[in-house]
Amino acid sequence: MNALIARLVAKRLGIMLISLLVVAFAVFFATELLPGDVAQILLGQAATPEAVAGLRKSMHLDQPAFLRFLYWLGGLLTGDLGRSYANNREVADLIAGRLANSLELAFVTTLFSVPIALTLGITAAMFRGSTYDRLVLVFTVSVISIPEFMVATLAVMIFAVYLKWLPALSVASDVEGLGELLRIYAMPVITLSFVVSAQMIRMTRAAVIDTLDTAYVEMALLKGASRRRIVLRHALPNALGPIVNAMALSLSYLLGGVIIVETIFNYPGVAKLMVDAVSTRDLPLIQSCAMIFCVSYLLLILIADLVAIMANPRLRNQ
Amino acid sequence: MTTTASARKGRFGWHMNAVGIIGAAIILFWMVVAIAAPWISPYPVGQIVDFDYYGPMSAQFWLGTDYLGRDMLSRVLMGARYTVGISLAAVAIACFVGVTLGMIAAVVGGWFDAILSRFLDALNSLPSLMFGLVVVAAVGSSMTVLVLTIAVLYAPGSYRFARALAVNVNAMDFVTVARARGEGTIYTIREEIFPNIIGPVLADFGLRFVFIVLLLSGLSFLGLGVQPPNADWGALVRENIGGLSFGAPAVIMPSIAIASLTISVNMLIDNLPRRIRDRSE
Repeated sequence: MNALIARLVAKRLGIMLISLLVVAFAVFFATELLPGDVAQILLGQAATPEAVAGLRKSMHLDQPAFLRFLYWLGGLLTGDLGRSYANNREVADLIAGRLANSLELAFVTTLFSVPIALTLGITAAMFRGSTYDRLVLVFTVSVISIPEFMVATLAVMIFAVYLKWLPALSVASDVEGLGELLRIYAMPVITLSFVVSAQMIRMTRAAVIDTLDTAYVEMALLKGASRRRIVLRHALPNALGPIVNAMALSLSYLLGGVIIVETIFNYPGVAKLMVDAVSTRDLPLIQSCAMIFCVSYLLLILIADLVAIMANPRLRNQ
Repeated sequence: MTTTASARKGRFGWHMNAVGIIGAAIILFWMVVAIAAPWISPYPVGQIVDFDYYGPMSAQFWLGTDYLGRDMLSRVLMGARYTVGISLAAVAIACFVGVTLGMIAAVVGGWFDAILSRFLDALNSLPSLMFGLVVVAAVGSSMTVLVLTIAVLYAPGSYRFARALAVNVNAMDFVTVARARGEGTIYTIREEIFPNIIGPVLADFGLRFVFIVLLLSGLSFLGLGVQPPNADWGALVRENIGGLSFGAPAVIMPSIAIASLTISVNMLIDNLPRRIRDRSE
């Protein structure tokens, strides 16, 4: 690790912190500046003006919006996410279990889609211009340009309605044994894998093709190396950085997909929690869920950036 | 630059291959449908015309009937209005704002460029569907809110794209010459920069339109986009999702409509006439 890399990494971290602050600002003000008095809504029609005033004071509602933003930010940093408006439970408790479920789903999907996407992306780049490459390209473009819920409905149509292999809805309440678990995860994972791997294949293919276009690959070709050797020995090691970068970036597509997939399959994760919170206008819950999504999104992008910096050999020995 | 462009025009012109033409034709078809929907739908959109719900495709109801027994064809045709209309309005605002700001930032440079770029990059790092949810939760859903929210979400990307292009053009000799002539910023942007980035900007417009159609459909599918009794294609899928387990055409047809639109835009962009594509390379 030399000074140049350290400086680039520090700059990236700085940019991420600024983005995070802007995101927090946007989330807070998008939700706080709505018409209606929260205290009044919470206490209902019959509340006395004194009670409303008391609650306003205890919730800091009588203070300027910017101060409330600082209180809220401080709460987030210390793990105090506030209380849900809908059932008065701690938001942190509500989210904890759900977050584990969502992460599980994301993890299993990653485990599935990364190897498949890598193989398809690299082989498509190897046989660029062939019928195989065209097929992969058509597949990825179609999956990217149809909505996630269509992938989900098609998956249900094929696997649950026509083939009758899997249940259409997954309720992860009582799981007994591995077979049950697989059946429950199958549908959401298949859908998400499709969405994510389409992005991944496209970006991996582009990354490998970029390295295949370099002078040293041409050199290897001229000295008579086989196509296999050119790709696996010469191009791939150099494409690793861009590929990992591409993977981290495509994993950020999980976030959009997860919202749709958890809703359609009734999967008890954070995204479902957030969509439900939106319909009941449960603001503290929405804010916290939104921040979780933004943080994970920014983290993935940060990882992608850092990998790109680390993988650049020109920065390594200077 | 200008001479090569006009020489190429003679050789390649506006010729487009078959895939591109098919894409363009389908897009045109949906545009016409969006405008003419009320006059070409076989039945009134809200009217229950069949006692059988989730009816199959038949000569009377081409695309079957929905969960209340309303004609699906009429609903899909009317849905085109909302999907195409809202997306087009949002993408137009996003690209107009993004491209204008991008060109100004590239030409003016300095702290204006630096601050604007930082701010919009941060805005760009919001996951779009998630932020759409937050806004809809806060202010409720209406056409105006949808168009503006989506435009705000997609303007930064357009800004970044246009700025990168404009920075390259800005470094060219003919821009320096224009400056030396004493032309002002507005003239430089309008007469020198804009005509030279219009090709790629149009391609970007199309791609952004696809993303917006997908986002809008996603929001509507979650019940947060276009509100009943109106329904765009995403909302139509949501309404009829109950028919999924027995494969009703009411669930599939709106999805196919979305896919046909987005895939044709992609087909058109990938096969744009040489004259536009050469500039975007």
